[in-house]
Amino acid sequence: MNSSALPPGDGLDSRLRPYAITGGRTRALAELPIESMVRTSELGHAERARLALERRTIIELCVTPHSVAEVSALVRLHLGVARVLIGDLAAEGLLAVHRPDHRGDRPDLRLLERVLHGLQAL
Amino acid sequence: MVFRRSDATVPAPVAPVDAPPPLPVKIVVAGGFAVGKTTFVGAISEIAPLTTEAALTQVSVGVDDTGGLTGKTGTTVAMDFGRITLGHDLVLYLFGTPGQERFHFMWDDLVRGAIGAVVLVDTTRLGDCFPAVDYFERLGVPFIVAVNAFNGQQVHALPAVREALAVPEEVPMIVCDARDRLSTRDALLEVVQHALVRAGV
Repeated sequence: MNSSALPPGDGLDSRLRPYAITGGRTRALAELPIESMVRTSELGHAERARLALERRTIIELCVTPHSVAEVSALVRLHLGVARVLIGDLAAEGLLAVHRPDHRGDRPDLRLLERVLHGLQAL
Repeated sequence: MVFRRSDATVPAPVAPVDAPPPLPVKIVVAGGFAVGKTTFVGAISEIAPLTTEAALTQVSVGVDDTGGLTGKTGTTVAMDFGRITLGHDLVLYLFGTPGQERFHFMWDDLVRGAIGAVVLVDTTRLGDCFPAVDYFERLGVPFIVAVNAFNGQQVHALPAVREALAVPEEVPMIVCDARDRLSTRDALLEVVQHALVRAGV
């Protein structure tokens, strides 16, 4: 047996060393709620060609806004790893992060009513 | 030349638009193993449910057995989720949560800022949902109980289920077909209405 006997990877083998690509860091620069929306900035768009692997994939994916959870699932990164990379890209101004709107634990009444009406219209 | 970069010659794709992205909200779908959480999410999500993985904390790995993680390495936990666009400026995410208590580290993350939760119940395995009910009660998360009725004959069971779960009358309890889009829509409406009541309307 040698490494060539391993089954072909279906993308990133994020199960082995999930945090290797974050340099061992496990915390995002700021805690990012899982449903935060992430979008590539104009700077990120202009700089995408110089970015490597996962960072570039995230920048290209988020030209259309995606949640942190979607980035994790679609780029095949552990949630914590996705958070760290998104936090870095945001700190560099390459991504804009739009956080959910709740000051306390829950969305406020107006937002709840918008969700209610949205669901009723389905 | 295959891998050579040609930054200067590649035409720029369409630049990002300026309209703000939709505002995200979320509802948690909890319950025991194989109770139909992913079916529920998939019935109403506009995308096929996606899966994200998170690493179990060291504490969780050390303290708990990983017997429930069949086919997994024992170091990660998978979570399925879906998305519902509500108008042009709002997007609702549904997160299906692993039910076992050792995954509560993940629930803390999920319920923060959530509208509320659906606890999906299989009447043949009522005990599987106890941890979820306990958790949401303790954290004051608005939740409803949805008895998953694949054959639609579970209405008679509701009073017995309420008694067995020991949830107060204020907690809405419904029968739901997790495969049916309108049925899951109605369950989500119950959550939002309950959250509105709890918020003081």
